[in-house]
Parts: sequence; C-alpha cells; structure tokens
Amino acid sequence: MPGGPPNLMQIPLFPEAASAVATQVDYLYFYLTAVTILMTGLIFLVVFVFAVKYRRKSDDEIPKAIHGSLKLEIAWSIIPFIVMLTFFWWGAQIFFANASPPANAMDVYAVGKQWMWKIQYPEGQREINELHVPVGRPVKITLASEDVIHSFFIPAFRIKHDVVPGRYDTMWFTATKPGRYHLFCAEYCGTEHSGMVGWVTVLNDADYENWLSGGGSEGSMAAQGEKIFGQLGCSTCHLQDQQGRCPVLRGVYGSRVQLDNGKTVLADDAYIRESILNPNAKIVAGFKADIMPTFQGQISEEGLLQLIVYIKSLAITGNPSAPSIGTAGQPPNTGIKQ
Amino acid sequence: MSTALQDPQVVETPNYLNQEYGWKSWLFTKDHKRIAVLYIISITVMFFIGGVFASLIRLELLTPQGDLVNSDTYNKFFTMHGVVMVFFFLIPSIPATLGNFFVPMMIGAKDLAFPRINLLSWYIYIVGAAFALAAIVMGGVDTGWTFYTPFSSTYSNTFVITAAMGVFIAGFSSILTGLNFIVTVHKMRAPGMTWGRLPLFVWANYATSLIQVLGTPVVAITLALVALERAFHIGIFDPAIGGDPILFQHMFWFYSHPAVYIMILPGMGVISELVTCFSRKGIFGYPFIAGSSLGIAIIGFLVWGHHMFVTGMSMYASLYFSLLTMLVAVPSAIKIFNWTATMFRGSISFDTPMLYAFGFIGLFTIGGLTGLFLATLGVDVHVTDTYFVVAHFHYVMVGGMVLAYLGGMHFWWPKMTGRLYPEGWGRFAALLVFAGFNLTFFPQFITGYLGQPRRYHAYAPEFQVLNVMSTAGASVLALGYIIPLIYLIWSLKYGPKAGDNPWKAKGLEWQTSSPPPTYNFEKTPIVTEEAYAYASHDEHTSEGGLK
Repeated sequence: MPGGPPNLMQIPLFPEAASAVATQVDYLYFYLTAVTILMTGLIFLVVFVFAVKYRRKSDDEIPKAIHGSLKLEIAWSIIPFIVMLTFFWWGAQIFFANASPPANAMDVYAVGKQWMWKIQYPEGQREINELHVPVGRPVKITLASEDVIHSFFIPAFRIKHDVVPGRYDTMWFTATKPGRYHLFCAEYCGTEHSGMVGWVTVLNDADYENWLSGGGSEGSMAAQGEKIFGQLGCSTCHLQDQQGRCPVLRGVYGSRVQLDNGKTVLADDAYIRESILNPNAKIVAGFKADIMPTFQGQISEEGLLQLIVYIKSLAITGNPSAPSIGTAGQPPNTGIKQ
Repeated sequence: MSTALQDPQVVETPNYLNQEYGWKSWLFTKDHKRIAVLYIISITVMFFIGGVFASLIRLELLTPQGDLVNSDTYNKFFTMHGVVMVFFFLIPSIPATLGNFFVPMMIGAKDLAFPRINLLSWYIYIVGAAFALAAIVMGGVDTGWTFYTPFSSTYSNTFVITAAMGVFIAGFSSILTGLNFIVTVHKMRAPGMTWGRLPLFVWANYATSLIQVLGTPVVAITLALVALERAFHIGIFDPAIGGDPILFQHMFWFYSHPAVYIMILPGMGVISELVTCFSRKGIFGYPFIAGSSLGIAIIGFLVWGHHMFVTGMSMYASLYFSLLTMLVAVPSAIKIFNWTATMFRGSISFDTPMLYAFGFIGLFTIGGLTGLFLATLGVDVHVTDTYFVVAHFHYVMVGGMVLAYLGGMHFWWPKMTGRLYPEGWGRFAALLVFAGFNLTFFPQFITGYLGQPRRYHAYAPEFQVLNVMSTAGASVLALGYIIPLIYLIWSLKYGPKAGDNPWKAKGLEWQTSSPPPTYNFEKTPIVTEEAYAYASHDEHTSEGGLK
C-alpha cells in the first residue's frame, strides 16, 4: 500500500500492520483462520469420503438405520463450544485491553461531516482528510459528528469506531511504523461515503515535531475556544473569578460537580457538551434553571470542541490562554503559537 | 404457468392444478398449494429484480473508480438489492413457498388452519412489494437495507417512507404465515403424527414461525417510527431534537438478527429432507436437529448487539453479546455434524437436490465459522463494516439459504408439477452455482480483512484484482440461476411424467399423487412410524456400530 504504485498483477492477501494492536489482532485472526480451515477441511473430507464410499451401488439397496449416539452429540456440542470460548476469551482480552486510552495519550480531535474528516490538534493545526501522528506514542482521538453516523477506520491499525452525532466517542492507538495508511469512513453516510477517505501519516518524532511547528496560524484550540467564549457571550455570566449568574468554570473540568438534585456528576467532555447544548439538563447546586440559553445550532462541532478544550485548560493552569492539557509526554514549547 | 398446465396431457388425474381454471380460480384460491405457487412466481420475480441490482453493483466494482454510474445511483443499487432480496425474497422464500405447499402435506393435513388468512398474507405481500417497487420506480432509496438513523430519518432525500412502508406491510404477511403454521402444526396433525414423528422440515418451519410472530412486530414498529420521524420530526432517533440514533440500531437488530434465522432455519429443514432421502437413511440424531432449531430460535433473540460492537456500546454488553453469539453457533454446528453422520453407511445418490445439499453443508460451514470471526470482539472491530461481513452474510444467505431453496425446489418440483426436469442440466447448473458463488464471495473475505469498507462506490486501487474476480464469479452465478429458470419452465410442458414418488422418498407428501389432489389425500393418512423410516423393516436393530 504505502510506498510505490499498486501493481495490479500482485494480489494483496494481507494488510500492513502498523499499530501495537494490529499484531495482536492478526495473531487471533490466524488462530481463527486455522480453526476454520481445519474444520471446513474436516467436514469436506468426511462428506467426500462418505459420498464416495457409500455411493448408491444398486437402486434397490436399503441401508440399515442408525438413530444416533448421545456420546457423539455431547462431544460435538461441547468440544466446539470450548474452542469458541477460546475465541471469545482471546477476543475479549484484546477488546478490553484497548478499550480505554492510557493517561499519557496525546489528544487529537476529529469531526466527521458529510463527506470529510476535519482533524484538529490542541496546538492549533487543522487538516482535512489527513491525520499526522508520531510513531510510538499513544494517540487518543475524540470523535464527533456534525450530521449522520460515520465510522473512523484505519485498517493498518485494525481499529475502527463509530462517530455518533450528539455525543463524543473516543478511540486510541499507538502507531508502530512510519508510513502512510488509509483512513476510511466505514459507516455508510450518504452520497460521497466512498469519498470520505484520507490518509494517516505516521512520522518519527523529529519529523512530527517539525510538522507540528509548521501550522496552526489561528492559535491553539484553547485560544480559539476562548475567542468563542467571548463571542457567544459566555463570559458575561461565567465570570472569571467571582460568582456571577452562572458557575465559575475555573477548576471545574475533571472535578465532581454537585447538582441541585443532590447528585454529583463528573465534569468531562460529555457533561460540558450537554451543559452548552442543553443547559437545563443538569443544574449546578445553588443556581437556577432557565438562566442559560441553549447554544444548539449556534456552534459547530469543531467550535464546541474548542470551547471544551478551553474549559479544560481553565482547570489545569487557571490561565485561559494556556496551552491545552492532554499533551503530556510531549516536549515543551513546540507548536504553540501565541 | 397455467397455460402450460392446461395441456391435456397433464390433466389426466384430478389435481390441484386442473380442478379449476382461469385467473379467478388462482386469485381467489384458498388452496395452500395454489397460494404457494402464487408465492413462487412472486418471489422469483423479486429475486431476479434483486439480481439485476446485484449485477449492476458488480459491474460498477470492476474498476476502482466510480465510473459506470454516479454515487447516488450506486447507493440506490445496493440499497434496493438488499431491501428486495432480504425482505421480499429471503424472508418469505422457503416458508411461503415450500413451507406453504408442504407443511400441511407432511403432517397429513388437507390445508393450513386458516386458508383465507393464507391468501390474505399473499395479498399483503403483494401490496408490500408494490410499495417497494414504487419506491424503486419513483427514484429509489439510498439508505442501505438497514435504514440507519439519523441518515434515513433526517438526511436522505430519497423515497425512504415508501420503501419503509413496503417492508412494514410485508412484515404482516410474514406474521400471518407464521401464525398459520404454528396453529396448523399444533392442531392439524394426522392421527399418529406425534411431535416426535414430525419431519424436520416441519420442525424448522415451526421454529421459524415463532420468530416471525415474535420478532416481526418489532421491526414494523421501528420502521414506522423512522417514517414518523421523517414526516413529523418527533425526536426518537435524531439527536438534534433529543433522539438517540443508536436506539434505532438496537430495535432494528432485535428483529433483524433473528430474521437471519427466519431466512436460514427453513433452509436447514430442507437439507434434513434432502440428506435423508438421497442417503436413503433415517436422520442421525433426530431430537438434536429438531431441538437445535428451537435453540436457534430462542438464543437468536439474545445476540443482536453483536452488530454494534463499534458503536460505543457498553463493554460489558459487548462481552455478553459476544459470548451468547458463540453459544448460538453450537446448534448450527450440531446440525452440520448430524447431517454428515446421516450419510455414514448410507446409500448416497448424486441427484441434483443432493448436489445442492452438499453445497449447503460446505458453504454453510464456512459461513458459520466466519460468523465467529465477527462474534470475536477484538477481530470484529477490524472487520465489521468491511467486505468480510458481506462475504460472511452471503455465504450464509446464498451459499446456505439460496442453495437450500434451489435444492428443495428441485426435490419437490416433481411433486408440485407432476413433471421431471432434465437431470443433466440440473446437475450442471448446481455446479455452476457452487463455482460461481465461491468465485464471487471468497475474494471478499480477503478484501474485507485488507480493509475495503462495504457500500463503497469507488475503492482503493490495490483491491481491484480481487474485485474483478468477484465480478467474474457473479457472471457465472447469474448463469447458474438463469439455467434452472429456463429448464424448470420448460419442464412444465415437456418434462417427462414424474410419477408419485420419483426419489422413493419417505414422507406423507410422497404418498399422494403428483400433482396432489386439491385436499392432498384421498383419505386422511394414519401415521404409524417415525420420520425417514427408510429401513422400516429393521426398525429396531439400530446397527452400525455407533450406538
């Protein structure tokens, strides 16, 4: 795939493996394939042997009846099921091990939109249908959709996740091999579904830092979020230091928020998103409902993500213009254009 | 069809075909056999319409660029291929045709319990099909046969409501058939036809009927909600107005996964009949095959979430669905092993229906085992929504179901029409179907693991060679379907007389004349032996070293 034009005379049989999980999935796939070939071969062989050996020799022959065998029935129910349990167990292991990103994963944000992928980095770089990531570092992608369900699929990494409108999904990977790999939309999304494709470029560290410093003229995501915060008038109620009509947002992200119904909620991306789009869904203790208007329809998914990154940045440093968090493990002072 | 049957040579003995003549005698018939014939004609028309769309898809995919038609048209092709094939061919295929014809005969009844409801179900099917065809003629639908929201409910600009209403209406036809079968099997069995003596084809249709009655209302509600959402924006599925698009998938698959068992179970029933008849031997493990049909029907309702592992569903729900999917594979495996064991020390002949049964056993094994790849969480994440799923689904639905349908059609053709088809052509077409099928769909397992997503109008150039193989296979497959269509119609007029029991098969349907008289039997048969008692003279010896 990457490296050289495709040769039509060469039939590809196996995809490139370029992530840590890809190799694990491939081993399991080999195991499943081996069992499948063995079982199918066995059935074919037995049917073939019986068909030849017991072919009808004369038209009036009547073979003796055989009603069955409880021992055989038990054997061919239990043994296949045990083999299937090994599939289940191994598959669940991989699935669970890769369900949540490690804490040091770097953040990337992707918005699916008929029919393109819009990628943004906390440092401010934005690209369409291209994703640049460093080799060997875990990358967490927060997925949002502007319209219908899409699915973010990188075959060389053996991962895919649906991108569902109205909420955030996350996926993560660690790329292991520099190169250029397909990015596909895997959930049918309308006219140009098959055009909603792009490339993932895995760079080694130096190239990545180099690439990162080359873009993002509009400032970091947090800075852009702060701009939106002002434009939409959020800052008139959510004051920086003192109690206004709405809660102070400093230090909120990642904390547990006390609600007026006595419950608490973790202030994560989903909570912040809900509070912007449907402010009456959860009311912070000590505040009133119907004060804040909904911002549904007034802000794009990308803008919403910028706002969230901004609010996130308030939690960490208290400095509204600080670079976003979530880039732990990254060398300091790169790609931040203030 | 009726003109051929008016040929004086055919109409010697009174039978269901020559009892009455004229279109009214068909359109107002209450005879389950005539209704089965109406269904056969209808679903054959739908099958070839669906087949035309399949051919257009494969032609487009000869080249990586989208160059034959534009993207919108391509999207309509695969949608209409799916809608027509799934809802208007596969679901009614065996129950409404062979089931309708033979379930009453195999239990020694003179008709189904509710003949008028049976006719009504056909009319409902026709109205549903008319809606689907109207949607096609007016300009098509582009949502995929799965109608995923919010694309279907909010974004698509095509005739979604019309097509969804077609599926909605056809669902009632399916429910009525199921209801009729359940009552018939419970109440209309001939004296001596105990549950333990029921032919396995009847058991399979009975299990299918349970799913039809319990599952179909859910998909009807779901599609009605999609239509309401589109028309009135009520906010069930569209997140912009407070709905949940994933809710649709839960509701849709709650029916549509059991629906694949509606499609495959009757096919399995056919294979039990074919393997016994052409091995001239009783079935190995009767209670296990019968019970596995019920097991599939029940567990089949508990596995729908395996279609949704990458939707962000709870990990624990995913675990549960993965585990239960492994469990539902066991009854299918039991059937495969028992059919194989039935051939042991049999007297095996290679007539056309048996060739289809061999094909079924091989291809369904592959279809079933590749289903386990999709049930395995870690692997499913990679292969779901790729051509791997397309290949798996077609191995089960075409390699399994369509082969069983063709095998059953050839097996019972002499009984239904009184005529034999040309055996040489029959075998030739069966081999073509098998070869063409494998060439079409096997490469798709490879393109799937390589990562080619399904429903792609244009694809990455490195997948081309495998796609060209698929298209070549599809041409062979198409030929394999057209040849039987021709010789079966030909045989209606020119085929040699079949006689009452050309295969020397057991089963009550073979004890009456061919074609059967209107009420099936001269007098109600009395059953004194178990099903498939080919060796009834040494019934109790049970030799063979396996016991």
